[in-house]
Amino acid sequence: MIFSVRNPTTRSFDAGRACVQLEGVSKSYGATKAVVGLTVTIGQGEFFSLLGPSGCGKTTILRLIAGLERPENGTVSIGGETVASSETWVLPEKRGIGIVFQDYALFPHMSVAHNIAFGLKGFRKEQVGNRVEELLALTGLSSLAKRYPHELSGGQRQRVALARSLAPRPRVILLDEPFSNLDAALREELRKETKRILKEQGATTILVTHDQEEAFSLSDRVGVLRDGKLEQLGSPVDIYHRPHCRFVANFVGKADFIEGTVEGRTVHCAFGSFPLTSLQNPVSKQVELMVRPDDVGFFPDATGQAIITEVRFFGASVQYQLQLEDGRIIHAIRPSAEILPVGSRVNIKVDASQVVVFPKD
Amino acid sequence: MLLTKIKQHGQGLRSLPMLPFLLVALVVLPVLVVGSALLTPTQEVWTHLWRTLLPVMMGNTLLLVLGVGTGTLILGVSLAWLVTAYRFPGRGLLEWLLVLPMAVPAYVQGYVYMATFDTAGPVQTALRPHFTDMGWFPEIRSGIGAILVMTLVLYPYVYLLARAAFRETSGALLEAARTMGHSPTMVFFRVVLPLARPSIVAGVALAIMEALADFATVRFFNFPTLSDGVIRVWHGMMDLRAASELAGLLALVALVVLLLEHAMRGRSRYFQTGGKAPRIAAVPLVGWRGWMALAGSLLVVAVAFVLPAGQLLAWTLQELPRQPPGTLAVYAELARNSIVLSALAAFFATLTALLIASGIRLSSSRVAFVLGRLATSGYAMTGAVIAVGIMVPLSAFDHALNNFLLQVRGVDVGLVLTGSVVGLVYAYVVRFIANSFSSIDASLEKITPNIIAAARVLGASPWRLLWQIKFPLILPGMLAGATLVFADVMKELPITMMLRPFGQDTLAIWVWQMAAESLWSGASLPALIIVLVGLLPVVFLVRLGNIKN
Repeated sequence: MIFSVRNPTTRSFDAGRACVQLEGVSKSYGATKAVVGLTVTIGQGEFFSLLGPSGCGKTTILRLIAGLERPENGTVSIGGETVASSETWVLPEKRGIGIVFQDYALFPHMSVAHNIAFGLKGFRKEQVGNRVEELLALTGLSSLAKRYPHELSGGQRQRVALARSLAPRPRVILLDEPFSNLDAALREELRKETKRILKEQGATTILVTHDQEEAFSLSDRVGVLRDGKLEQLGSPVDIYHRPHCRFVANFVGKADFIEGTVEGRTVHCAFGSFPLTSLQNPVSKQVELMVRPDDVGFFPDATGQAIITEVRFFGASVQYQLQLEDGRIIHAIRPSAEILPVGSRVNIKVDASQVVVFPKD
Repeated sequence: MLLTKIKQHGQGLRSLPMLPFLLVALVVLPVLVVGSALLTPTQEVWTHLWRTLLPVMMGNTLLLVLGVGTGTLILGVSLAWLVTAYRFPGRGLLEWLLVLPMAVPAYVQGYVYMATFDTAGPVQTALRPHFTDMGWFPEIRSGIGAILVMTLVLYPYVYLLARAAFRETSGALLEAARTMGHSPTMVFFRVVLPLARPSIVAGVALAIMEALADFATVRFFNFPTLSDGVIRVWHGMMDLRAASELAGLLALVALVVLLLEHAMRGRSRYFQTGGKAPRIAAVPLVGWRGWMALAGSLLVVAVAFVLPAGQLLAWTLQELPRQPPGTLAVYAELARNSIVLSALAAFFATLTALLIASGIRLSSSRVAFVLGRLATSGYAMTGAVIAVGIMVPLSAFDHALNNFLLQVRGVDVGLVLTGSVVGLVYAYVVRFIANSFSSIDASLEKITPNIIAAARVLGASPWRLLWQIKFPLILPGMLAGATLVFADVMKELPITMMLRPFGQDTLAIWVWQMAAESLWSGASLPALIIVLVGLLPVVFLVRLGNIKN
């Protein structure tokens, strides 16, 4: 599956060297299909995110890579070695991977240092000690080495779980919603911290999350999942601005959909006519345009085509709900320096370069 | 085991846990035996019982259940509320002092009170010179006496569960009710009590089960109940059939109590506000109110624990030097028997509970739930019921085995299992496995699938997983459960009475026999040892209560 995507962020990974490869992988639980024919390649050193709503099969994919579940079809390989197929089965303890679970799954009867040392089997004692100290320093936990998990805060537990998974220098690190149990302020800080630690270790990382902001801010590439299938694979910018379908468009951010008609390479709608970009190939004449609220501009105009019906103040920005003459609604986000009151008549101007169209169903 | 489990997981197979099924069947067997005996009644048995003891025993049992239920409810709930909602001098100490009476078995409490207040006891002896007629002195050998004595040792069940429930009750709920115009008293009756009801009802049910199981105290107090009846029929008539039918009736009463408990719990059990709720704020009791609270609680501790324990100690110190030589050797022998039996029971209960609890985790949650409930059903069955329920199949097996060997080999081995340690330990396990099962099940709960997965992904072999992760996490639960079973068997009376091998007496049996002959002081040291061992689970319960906070 190769996508020609423009990626504005510089790539810090070697996309040419595959680290984790899934080919036609399927897994179901009874009648529920958790993963359906999934094919994806994750490069050496890449930070890759699986993004999707709960129940879309994203955690199952992690478990398939880790060897905690066995696929019914397809093959999984790590570092070029096949670890799961119809003939091969490598046990999880032989795969050289690290996992940070959503509930961290720290061993409650072991201290922080012992938790981190657990995966360092077969090394000399001082080697183990050195590596544990190195990781404690890296994660800023040196003063807590002797504490037990129940004596730690949520953020500290998360870092212990990360240090523990990194200790044996795994080929891949799997993160299963590791930030979802933290409060908002701490979450932001730990995301940055985790990213820094993983970069320093040069680890290939697969993150599972339902939070698009988290996926966007951390990842080189994002795969959006729905019902066990990959809906779209690409850079965060591509996913946000050039979604392949309405599901992705809606899932990764607020969007309004406006009816339009295609004529040649131009699309006409209530806000004017826009040229189609090369990527967009509408199959039908009747289409819907996706408009992100940050692409909608307006200015006060006594003869404008819309009225402000709701104003929501978010601090740095303000979200406006605009109603057209025919009752249709469109949203706009503007800086909060100047705020227009409800009832103002405005003229809407949509930024044409970012408009995406979908066939109307 | 682990590998097969993973393979099954991978292929979506579901294994049938045969071993847990088998073990649960063994645990449930005695109850089924007495149940079926009740369903196939023999007419002569019931006509005879009806003409003699049955109406009295039924009436007494009902009175006992009502009396102990009401007594423990009032005492347990009010003490629990006192230490939760109010601050007064010595509260911290009293919180656990109030649990101590649990260490005193009802028959020991009963015999001390009997010895103290009976016609020949020190109290009446001291009073007699001052009065011409002692008729005004209340008759201690009565239903009231039995109910009071049992309430004093059984209220801690209600106290512990009510206190735990009060502690979990969010202080915010109380404040919300106050803002809606409720006085503190109204809040207690309309918010606090209904919220704690499931726990309180569970505690009262436990106390009632203990009262139902007791036969010794009620016999001291001349207040025969159904449990006493089963043992009388057993010993007096040696009639297994009649005993098992009467035991079936007793089991039915226990079942009714259980069903009532279930009905009264309602669905409220599942209601809990999420998040970190603030605790109920304790109101300081200043001045004389504080001292009154202290004095009141201390009085309960004194009457229910200090007095009996002190009396036993005094008797022991007073009588021990006067005992004929060899008495200590007899005591040592009794203690050895008690310890060996308790240890065996603790070991097998732990092993069985571990096999069942870990086994049922492989099956679906509904099956596991039912099996778990069945496995722990023994706690609701009184000792007499279980003893009879085990005696019937064991003797049937023994007779069959003996007949077979007689015919095939021509040897007469007699009854192999009946009256052996095997039947006794089997009965103990059935009766007390709930203790070890619930604590092992709770510690298995800590071994989440993710903990296992984390260990495996970090490269742990199945062996290392077992020794470094699973075993250390289950061990505390196993030890706690084993201690509880050990202490319970130390003081156990009806099962030991009915099933013990001939001549193998325990401390509990000795206390019972001595006390039944009114040889109070001769029973004091063994009784004191039983009380001391009984303190072990109290320590566990107090620690558990503290950890939960």
